[in-house]
Amino acid sequence: MKHLLGLESLDREEILSLLKKGKEYREWLDEVYEKRRQPLPHLKGRRICLLFYEPSTRTRHSFEIAGRLLEADVTSFSLAVSSVQKGESFKDTLLTLESMGFDLFVIRHSYSGACFYASNILRRASVVNAGDGMHEHPTQTLLDLLTIYRARNKVEGLRIAIVGDILHSRVARSAIFALNKLNWNIHICAPPTLLPKDVEKFNVKVFHRLEEAIKDVDVIYMLRIQRERQKEQFFPSLEEYSRLYRLTSQHLSLAPGAMVMHPGPVNRGVEMEGTVVDGGESFILDQVRNGVAIRMAILHSILGEEKR
Amino acid sequence: MKLLIKGGRVIDPSQRLDELADVLIEEGIIKAIEKDIQVDAPIYEAKGKLVLPAFVDLHCHLREPGQEHKEDLASGSLAGVAGGFCALFAMPNTSPPLDSKSQIGYILAKAAHLPLYIFPVGALSLGMRGEELAPIGELAEAGVKAISDDGMPVQNSGLLRNALLYARMFNLTVILHCEDTSLSQGGVANEGFTATRLGLRGIPTSAEEIAVVRAVLLALETGCKVHICHISTKNSLELVRWGKTKGAPITCDVTPHHLVLTEEAIENYDTRAKCNPPLRSEEDRKALIEGLLDGTIDCIATDHAPHSKDEWDVEFDLAPFGIAGLETAFPLLYTTLVENGLIPLELLVEKMSTTPAQLMDLELGSLKVGREANLVVIDTKPIRVNVESLFSRGKNNPFQGWTLKGFPCLTICKGEIVFERRAEL
Repeated sequence: MKHLLGLESLDREEILSLLKKGKEYREWLDEVYEKRRQPLPHLKGRRICLLFYEPSTRTRHSFEIAGRLLEADVTSFSLAVSSVQKGESFKDTLLTLESMGFDLFVIRHSYSGACFYASNILRRASVVNAGDGMHEHPTQTLLDLLTIYRARNKVEGLRIAIVGDILHSRVARSAIFALNKLNWNIHICAPPTLLPKDVEKFNVKVFHRLEEAIKDVDVIYMLRIQRERQKEQFFPSLEEYSRLYRLTSQHLSLAPGAMVMHPGPVNRGVEMEGTVVDGGESFILDQVRNGVAIRMAILHSILGEEKR
Repeated sequence: MKLLIKGGRVIDPSQRLDELADVLIEEGIIKAIEKDIQVDAPIYEAKGKLVLPAFVDLHCHLREPGQEHKEDLASGSLAGVAGGFCALFAMPNTSPPLDSKSQIGYILAKAAHLPLYIFPVGALSLGMRGEELAPIGELAEAGVKAISDDGMPVQNSGLLRNALLYARMFNLTVILHCEDTSLSQGGVANEGFTATRLGLRGIPTSAEEIAVVRAVLLALETGCKVHICHISTKNSLELVRWGKTKGAPITCDVTPHHLVLTEEAIENYDTRAKCNPPLRSEEDRKALIEGLLDGTIDCIATDHAPHSKDEWDVEFDLAPFGIAGLETAFPLLYTTLVENGLIPLELLVEKMSTTPAQLMDLELGSLKVGREANLVVIDTKPIRVNVESLFSRGKNNPFQGWTLKGFPCLTICKGEIVFERRAEL
């Protein structure tokens, strides 16, 4: 693998192989690293640049930790004190940093397609998409799949309800691309204002009512709702959004045994009741821990197997 | 200038002409179109080639004054004659905009020395801000044939209605780019499955169609000649059709790219295919071809919108809208529409030469004997498009690398030879 730009362009086998590798790293984290606190030397000497044009906590830190656990040299590019503030273009920023010798760029950007663009601009270095606009967030979906894989011991042919702002969500797009390849039954649930045009062509079933969407699914996947969307009048108020789409403990009886997941950060009390966030069905913290493992797998797949 | 163009297929819809003949030009005037003219004159061998009235483009952006890094009147004129055009209507979104007599005078003074005719379009509102009317009478006096705010469409319907009532007094045509910006705001691609997959903000077809309804109704009500530019949706065409049956003085054009490409051309975030209105669905594209055939669409205009590479080689959201297509317009349509049997060649010539000239009351777009020679000779041998060798400064052309037939090999404007292609592209 040269780049990881999105899951639309990966096939089933590539996804499964990343998950298998991620599972092994997770086991290493739990069983070996917990005791000895010694990183693995797999990427010793390889240089990774974290290039984040948007704020991020968990994605950025888990890439940083993943890189260090493989003994890569990880540099975080800080936008606030960079030449971007002087008006340097994305293209020049990439070429400049590549000239400093980075082997791989982890990129988060507010514009869709920015990672694809970067992969065309860079002469040698690889790109991992850490979220591009409303397009894809492939590592999020891979860590979610790893979480499901470990909990259910299977990762194909299950049922999911994805609930929330599908229109603006890169997490939803990556999930839909990957889950279709793994033969899932996909329900999506949002008010019509938060659904993209022709979304049903993705081979998903569209719901507007939370109770109907989650009935008998294996995974309830809640998306974060951004407060700015109310200002843009996609819905009347956060209160009304919560009235219709907040996942409460009462809802869980509609899907007995379902895993509850969220990419974070959660708006407690808005899209999810706090008791559900903290409850026994919630896998939110397990998702975060798997985030480190799957990112180790991704970095290793790109940098570790490539000929030096 | 004296020239005998020998043995070409001469097509002129203005006189229903389509025959193998010689065209004799003397002192820049078309003297005769007959078989086997015997005369002592320099000969241009046109056997196997097409001889057509040169094209008239009602919509292009020549960027001067103020944005000469994208294009200027000289480079745009060269691109024009290389594309077979003899007249270009230059849109007023320059810097500053063409909203005064002195601005119009500047363009006309420069244009007098250029190889083709340039007709500046005046701004409809002051500074194209959509707030106050431009001095429309002054612009008419300065010689504009049309006014428009083009890509900064007037949102205030009351202001637009007054502009139409007022412009009518000067017999001006008002060219309208139909877009309700409250619906298109933030959008960069057609709202559809391609934009959904790519995570790009969509521009719904209603953003255009609502503005088309408004244009049709206001044309009907005011009696002002309204020309809708770059029409792009099936429903827009239905609405224009309805307006025409009601007797509204309304006409419209379509661009070559909307006739050939669909939204799928932006796959891989190709900013060279980012335009406004956006490339639409296949259903819309088919309807546009239908609209050409049934006469709902009056003419073809390029919306030539050159940008520098620094501007378009960026993230998709940041790239400006526009395609620089003057030089590929005819070959593109000849290859994809005529050669594939979708429209007859005569119709393509009519839509690129005859009707646009008629709409603006120009003595162009015709090969009638006695007229000034404005004609183009077309070679139908295939040529691979290489944007680097095109004359326009704008290399934002999505047809890079396409093999097209029908590039001009000789263009005559204002009775003079202004372009002769000797090398391949």
